[in-house]
Amino acid sequence: MRRILAMLLENEPGALSRVVGLFSQRNYNIETLTVAATEDPTLSRLTVTTAGSDKVIEQITKQLNKLIEVVKIVDLTEGAHIERELMLIKMKATGSHRAEIKRVTDIFRGQIVDVTSTVYTVQLVGDSDKLDAFIQAIGAASVIEVVRSGVSGVARGEKTLSL
Amino acid sequence: MAEMLSGADMIVRFLQDEGIEYIYGYPGGAALHIYDALFRQDKVKHILVRHEQAATHMADGYARASGKAGCVLVTSGPGATNTITGIATAYMDSIPMVVLCGQVASHLIGEDAFQETDMMGVSRPIVKHNLSVRSPEEIPMVLKKAFHLAQTGRPGPVVVDIPKDMTTPNEKFAYEYPKRIKLRSYSPPTKGHAGQIRKAMEMLQSARRPVVYAGGGVILGKSSELLVRLVRELNIPIVQTLMGLGCYPASDRQALGMLGMHGSYEANMTMHNSDLVLALGVRFDDRVTNGTEKFCPGARIVHVDIDPASISKTVQVDVPIVGPLSSVIPDMLEALKEVGPHKDKDALAAWWKQIDTWRKHHGGRFVEQVGEIIKPQYAIQMLHKVTNGDAYITSDVGQHQMFAAQYYGFDKPNRWINSGGLGTMGFGLPAAMGIKLHYPEAEVACVTGEGSIQMNIQELSTCKQFDLPVKIININNQRLGMVKQWQDMNYEARHSHSYMESLPDFMALARAYGHEGITIRKASELEAGLEQAFAMKDKLVFVDIYVDPEEHVYPMQIARGAMKDMWLSKTERV
Repeated sequence: MRRILAMLLENEPGALSRVVGLFSQRNYNIETLTVAATEDPTLSRLTVTTAGSDKVIEQITKQLNKLIEVVKIVDLTEGAHIERELMLIKMKATGSHRAEIKRVTDIFRGQIVDVTSTVYTVQLVGDSDKLDAFIQAIGAASVIEVVRSGVSGVARGEKTLSL
Repeated sequence: MAEMLSGADMIVRFLQDEGIEYIYGYPGGAALHIYDALFRQDKVKHILVRHEQAATHMADGYARASGKAGCVLVTSGPGATNTITGIATAYMDSIPMVVLCGQVASHLIGEDAFQETDMMGVSRPIVKHNLSVRSPEEIPMVLKKAFHLAQTGRPGPVVVDIPKDMTTPNEKFAYEYPKRIKLRSYSPPTKGHAGQIRKAMEMLQSARRPVVYAGGGVILGKSSELLVRLVRELNIPIVQTLMGLGCYPASDRQALGMLGMHGSYEANMTMHNSDLVLALGVRFDDRVTNGTEKFCPGARIVHVDIDPASISKTVQVDVPIVGPLSSVIPDMLEALKEVGPHKDKDALAAWWKQIDTWRKHHGGRFVEQVGEIIKPQYAIQMLHKVTNGDAYITSDVGQHQMFAAQYYGFDKPNRWINSGGLGTMGFGLPAAMGIKLHYPEAEVACVTGEGSIQMNIQELSTCKQFDLPVKIININNQRLGMVKQWQDMNYEARHSHSYMESLPDFMALARAYGHEGITIRKASELEAGLEQAFAMKDKLVFVDIYVDPEEHVYPMQIARGAMKDMWLSKTERV
């Protein structure tokens, strides 16, 4: 089952490589990974999406917790949460295609952020399924380049991941 | 006012203040400022090994015997990479160790400088943690963190990477030994969950076929005496892992010996047929469980460990308890007072009766020496006799290791020193040296084979320089015995590269390094030969014992079977 694990990490050189290394070392899978410093510059927040049985996810969580530089970890998928991913997608846009892309982009509430005579670049934010659906709607034949940020997530309501 | 010291002097001063008596290492360019600081004092004594791997095994042997972290000092590049096997060995068995590695100067890092290796990256998957010194002022705190992390919670090796410019002699900084340490993301558990402990004791006191499965965590957690009290109080059988040997006296009535791949018949049968397993400081390793889906089919499992990640990693447990045994066992004893005595004495008596029946069934276990060709098991039994069962026994890896584990009969913790998890050949001799250095009055014997001993044979030179009169018990079958055994059993006796031709004359070799050598070829000469070796108190004696090359280690579990599925001899399978 797909899970979103969010963690606070000491903002130190090498900390990220420990997290990434753990996944390959123990034969776990990383689907997406995002990381950046938080409002507290000594901490980074890292979000990773992974998949596995409950047993595997439990082991991943425990092993991550053992890393000295991992301060706190939470499985966002255990509760109500918001997940978002940013996509920049460059597409062939000529002839009747230009109007079609514009229409689909509006439906998905994306924005065209760059235009040439032959190419549109669209920015789209949403959960991963929405981004997949957009690519499908446009059709793989039109796509020139896809850049996805990976998933960021936060718990709904009062719940927070903080010190 | 705080003293002003260079980075190198701070390192050495810190080691003094931390109470480190010996460090093991090998000098080289990036570590020379530190070596100069060592030279200018005499509190921390440095043991110069002949290969950096041996330095880590010396520190490891000391740590296993004493329970305190061993400390290693090496240079960058090859000095650092040579420690990798030793660090991995310590990591797999959770042994506290601090490895100080020189590194090229900060401005050269990343430029493929001479003797540059990314030791932080190389060591990352085999350390509890690693730290890099980024400014000399940090040195005392970085080292304090290293020793703290290595020795608390589930212990393990910690690497400290020290660029050469951090130790420059003429740049001085205020030194103060850090008394306190703050790590917001690290707090090992101190107490087990009271409700879970109570529940576990209730389950135990109504179980019909309970067994205690104890391992290296008992020894690392310095909880052997507590374990003995608990097991006697419960009056139930105890089996021990390879790493746990000695945590409960082998000669005690309730001890059934080692369990697992080469465990005793009674230990494996007891595990398989139990209805409650109390697992203490173990990790359900594949060499213990055999096929996990067939593991102890009728048993509920209570597992106590300081590391939550060890719980339900390979085998799902019913009652997890996270905490150190040093507080969980006393809490268990306390809970037992409330829970009261066992609910079904008759069931327990019947269980013991069944176990005694298994005990009588010796199966493939060695009984006695016949004729003059020495059986390796007999050699170990004789070693036990000659040393009164009271020596520190280190071992390498292979048949001799299993024979030592099966036949020495360890009655005390911290006496059986072997590479259980990683299975490192070449571990035994340097580990023995580390122990002898700290316990000069104790008998220290390295049980090895002619294959393993050659993996760190150069340390005979270190033994001469630092006067380390260990005894080397070479169980010489002229074969890589365990490889040959697997080839006999699984590859129709095609002995691909398991025969060692051109063995050296070990007696002559020992003498070339300035030691003594004894060769024993006949069973009738074994006892006298060993007596003679141990009588030479101040000499390293290389005892080369020629043994039956056809002998196999039994019992041996059948791969992917249950605990109970074993070969008991070359012909008897249960």
